[in-house]
Amino acid sequence: MQPATQLEIQDLHASVDGNEILHGVDLKVAAGEVHAIMGPNGSGKSTLAQVLAGKDDYDVSAGRVLYGGRDLLEMSPEERAREGLFLAFQYPVEIPGVSNTYFLRAALNAVRKHRGQSEYDALSFLKLVREKVKLVGLDESLLQRPVNEGFSGGEKKRNEIFHMAVLEPRLCVLDETDSGLDIDALRIVADGVNSLRSPDRAFLVITHYQRLLDYIVPDFVHVLIDGRIVRSGGKELALELEQKGYAWLENEAAAGAGARG
Amino acid sequence: MTTDSRTIEELATRDYKFGFVTDIEQETFPPGLDEQVVRRLSALKGEPEWMTEWRLRALAHWQTMKEPTWANVRYDPIDYQAISYYAAPRSASGKPRSLDEVDPELLRTYEKLGIPLHERGALAGVAVDAVFDSVSVATTFKARLGEMGIIFCPMSEAIREHPELVRRYLGSVVPPNDNFFAALNSAVFSDGSFVFVPRGVKCPMELSTYFRINARNTGQFERTLIVAEAGASVSYLEGCTAPMRDENQLHAAVVELVALDEASIKYSTVQNWYPGDKDGKGGIYNFVTKRGKCAGRHSKITWTQVETGSAITWKYPSCILQGDDSVGEFYSVAVTNHRQQADTGTKMIHLGKNTRRNIVSKGISAGHGQNTYRGQVKILRAAEGARNFSQCDSMLIGDQCGAHTFPYIDVQNPTAQMEHEASTSKIGEDQIFYCNQRGIDTEDAVSMIVNGFCKEVFRELPMEFAVEAQKLLAVSLEGSVG
Repeated sequence: MQPATQLEIQDLHASVDGNEILHGVDLKVAAGEVHAIMGPNGSGKSTLAQVLAGKDDYDVSAGRVLYGGRDLLEMSPEERAREGLFLAFQYPVEIPGVSNTYFLRAALNAVRKHRGQSEYDALSFLKLVREKVKLVGLDESLLQRPVNEGFSGGEKKRNEIFHMAVLEPRLCVLDETDSGLDIDALRIVADGVNSLRSPDRAFLVITHYQRLLDYIVPDFVHVLIDGRIVRSGGKELALELEQKGYAWLENEAAAGAGARG
Repeated sequence: MTTDSRTIEELATRDYKFGFVTDIEQETFPPGLDEQVVRRLSALKGEPEWMTEWRLRALAHWQTMKEPTWANVRYDPIDYQAISYYAAPRSASGKPRSLDEVDPELLRTYEKLGIPLHERGALAGVAVDAVFDSVSVATTFKARLGEMGIIFCPMSEAIREHPELVRRYLGSVVPPNDNFFAALNSAVFSDGSFVFVPRGVKCPMELSTYFRINARNTGQFERTLIVAEAGASVSYLEGCTAPMRDENQLHAAVVELVALDEASIKYSTVQNWYPGDKDGKGGIYNFVTKRGKCAGRHSKITWTQVETGSAITWKYPSCILQGDDSVGEFYSVAVTNHRQQADTGTKMIHLGKNTRRNIVSKGISAGHGQNTYRGQVKILRAAEGARNFSQCDSMLIGDQCGAHTFPYIDVQNPTAQMEHEASTSKIGEDQIFYCNQRGIDTEDAVSMIVNGFCKEVFRELPMEFAVEAQKLLAVSLEGSVG
């Protein structure tokens, strides 16, 4: 049996402050699959992540996005989250005075309430996070600290994966989760992600470098250049990019655009 | 931004939940203030001659004074002759001897406010004195406190039954001629609470007063006096609410605290007077003088306030650090939403050696709210080794509101250490989006972020009230994000 399509992006155009950044993205992600989106700086990778999560700085001028068969773009950011869409932020935000545990319990309870499940009290939640925190090798002391405040770069990224482990989303979008990580931290983050792989959970791993994909092995690799997916392939495409860089595809894309123009 | 602005519209229209009026028979003076009014008021309360004279001197002084205009607030002139200076539930003039004699309608009002007067139902360990318009209605736990020598009673009763204590301390921290509103209060104060904790006694429970303005066109002028003798300690909390009315009402209270050697007083306020509607119509003018005197060495006074109500707040809980090694603390959260204005802060005067002062002020402005922190630190020549730390943080929600800080520092002794930190932040769209992305809606996100911002102050409040304060803050700021 074919796995269900989790996410379907059709001819997505998105702009910020009047500048179009995504010029028609098409992508189909089925449950259980891991897709990597690679591309040079400024190609629109983070824009894609933000549009999927519902950041209102971006205007979608054309195209549509189906999420579990529903129109994703019609949903508010919190509704998307409650429906199981998770974004691991490239730059996780600090919330002074709000403990990581308190924040995460509010988040999980919002999700559970939406699903008609009972809410966690402080004690049972603490038990849950103690298990999950091991998964990403996060120091337990970070649970009681304010959300991301005073965390190192690596701790912030691991904290994102920790949030993901607790919230158990259906679609995980990882926005440059590898940036700023040393090799040990990278491995820990990747191990955390791998342990969350499951037949009913899909991943969209956005990265500039092939490095992360040594650890999180994707089923599909897509190359995003100038707001379009110019090539898709298996995990070997990432290795090819590692050797050749993006230039050859950029030239191809430019030539293609010229021919169309 | 469309989702957010919709939320604002929906929530800005939410009602102030304490805005009901109690239908109760009132005994009210006709509007106006002169010597006759003061005499009549004093007589009605069965006050001794010295008290009447004290009031009359304050009135004479008030009549020579001008309303202060230096505060960063704007309002139409107040007609002091249009205000009634006394309103009391009629059944209370006979003075209830026990709770059974209190008008049941009044008891229901306090029930609605969540203040159970019956001792059985009272929050464990909290003794409550309730002031309805101008009179104290009931004081719970009185007998138990009495066994320890603690006096906790309405001010009017203290004047009759403990005149020597009242005479010694009344006006000793805030003299009747201190300022315009304090002079007015001194002339016409109707009731309030009196607390006396004798030498070496630690008050075993939170003492609490609940103030309620009910009658129309009346002012409320409570007078509270708390004295902690050597080695004594007490924690006191006041809460306030008022009905929703289109016209503004004046509340001009005076609170005096006296801490002798090694005594400590903690005074916490959760102020939720009616703030007016979203267009700035109605609401309470809260013009209050609160001051504590650390008279003895190693004494300590802590002011904690959460100011969410009132159309206008004019309030500077202060400390005079007279005793050597005395400590003054001020923790404040002031919220202004819609058209509310607050000019609040603290003043401290270091007189004794090695006196310390800690100030943490959190101002939150939303809607068209204007929030001013005004602080004065004065270190006099004799105050060797004084230390002062001030932290003033402002948070802005939306772009129509304002935050202002006016710190005044006057140091006359070179050994003083002064630190002042100030910050202003805008509640970040990125923070809200981060919360949204985790499934938390905008309203809960704002309340979470703001509560995090105020955490240092909330943790100074007694437990039950900290929870109350957090809820109050959430209600005050509902729909403020745009």
